Amino acid sequence: MIPAAFGYERPATLEEALILLARHGEGARILSGGHSLLPVLKARLAHPGVLIDIGRIPALSGITRTAGGLRIGALTTHYEVESSPLVREACPLLAEAAGRIGDVQVRNRGTIGGSASHADPAADYPAALLALEAVLVASSPDGTRGIPAADFFTGPYENALKPGEILTAVEVASSPAGSGGAYLKAAQQASGFAICGVAALVTLSGGSIASAKIGVTGVATPAYRARKAEEALAGKPASPESLRAAAALAAEGVDPLDDFHASAEFRVQLAKVYTERALAEALRRAKG
Amino acid sequence: MATATKKKKAAGSAKKAPARTSKRAAAYTPPKKFPISFRVNGSEVRAEAPAHTSLLYLLRDLGFTEVKNGCEAGDCGACTVLLDGVAVNACCVLGVQAEGREITTVKGIGTVENLHPIQKKFIELGAIQCGFCTPGMIVAAYELLEKKPRPSREEIKAGIAGNLCRCTGYVKIIDAIEAAAGEMASSKGRKS
Ligand SMILES: Cc1cc2nc3c(=O)[nH]c(=O)nc-3n(C[C@H](O)[C@H](O)[C@H](O)COP(=O)(O)OP(=O)(O)OC[C@H]3O[C@@H](n4cnc5c(N)ncnc54)[C@H](O)[C@@H]3O)c2cc1C
Ligand code: FES
Ligand code: FES
Repeated sequence: MIPAAFGYERPATLEEALILLARHGEGARILSGGHSLLPVLKARLAHPGVLIDIGRIPALSGITRTAGGLRIGALTTHYEVESSPLVREACPLLAEAAGRIGDVQVRNRGTIGGSASHADPAADYPAALLALEAVLVASSPDGTRGIPAADFFTGPYENALKPGEILTAVEVASSPAGSGGAYLKAAQQASGFAICGVAALVTLSGGSIASAKIGVTGVATPAYRARKAEEALAGKPASPESLRAAAALAAEGVDPLDDFHASAEFRVQLAKVYTERALAEALRRAKG
Repeated sequence: MATATKKKKAAGSAKKAPARTSKRAAAYTPPKKFPISFRVNGSEVRAEAPAHTSLLYLLRDLGFTEVKNGCEAGDCGACTVLLDGVAVNACCVLGVQAEGREITTVKGIGTVENLHPIQKKFIELGAIQCGFCTPGMIVAAYELLEKKPRPSREEIKAGIAGNLCRCTGYVKIIDAIEAAAGEMASSKGRKS
């Protein structure tokens, strides 16, 4: 499998990358880890004239503390997120999701910016980014804007970036004291992608649930927040009964995917079961 | 010369067709080649390749055929090499991305004369059948033991999850990596 020929640019700075992207317009694609883009090009599902390799732009890598949380550069690999002491401490849910992506080689090379931009409806990150209410930071020649995760994933392989924009970082708030998170997935056996992946972040106050945030991937497209289930939990006692009642609403109002990996009915069932399990595990961790 | 003659002939025949022929001929330009200098197993390598050439093809074309081509889609791990010490699928990296980088193949981990403990244990414990997965498997195992010198069997499984083997059923591969970790730990202990 050999992709069609394309041109190649390797800008050294973000400014240069944005100029190149503006110059080449629709014909250009950004290259990060290449672990989604190169298979797509080999399958000849896209025909860009030029790849703009942002892999050596220092401003796009690294994990740093911000006032309320972390800024994770777009080029940060899944392995770096999985193993970063900063991420494990401030938002362990994100590290857990990163560690469930693909295999070692994929995690060594694939990046958070690439995964988010690719917006695969079966990818792991979207669930965690939704539950953590992450903000995706995009730069264009006009400046920088933050896009809430809930607005970022717009469809299968579709995101809210405008032409000419590059995703530069992902910002996440530190998970508050008394909170616990968990990411669980039913993986497609051969590829490892999620048939259903649920990220839950539960915050306790006294013996009851102050808030629950639930991101679901693989079940419908795009990945979504299970708002009905979240609402059903707010203020409720942290009991197995309330978790079960809320989890029953995990696929409420969504149009489930239906393909040869799993039927729509099975996906809905998985969404309920995995939501209950993820909530229970998150709760266990919240209790410390 | 040959092309010129052809063009002339074409111009003499029906009006529309020749214009198309010459347009097509003019439109083809071979893909631009990029100079790539990098290191493979410690040696300086200078190459040239179009941007769409994968690191896998680049390495194999340069004679590093120990890097195997299994699936070309990131699934099987047969093409695993170290890129600046990190295990990657060479099929999902472009050759041009290796510019200035250090690549290590299975031959850089140990040679026939001087086998690495992982290679030795693969042979001793029968972890090789057809051998197609072996180069990638050993590179992945090497990185695993760099990160985690004494992995559990579960951790070994996770460490080679990206490397498919159609022959062994994995048990002997896991045995070999476990044994190599043990030998590396005890020889380290002896040294210090
Ligand atoms: C064998 C295999 C198994 C996998 N298993 C899983 C899995 O279980 N779960 C999972 O979630 N993923 C999985 N993946 C996908 C993997 O996580 C990819 O690394 C990820 O989806 C893409 O990240 P990348 O850095 O490789 O991006 P690339 O492939 O370089 O780019 C992907 C797309 O995003 C665009 N893009 C990249 N970076 C930016 C940016 N900064 N700004 C704007 N646009 C950008 C590109 O133009 C391209 O369209 C798997 C991949 C493989 C090959
Ligand atoms: S050939 Fe690269 S992963 Fe299979
Ligand atoms: S020994 Fe044949 S594929 Fe592993």
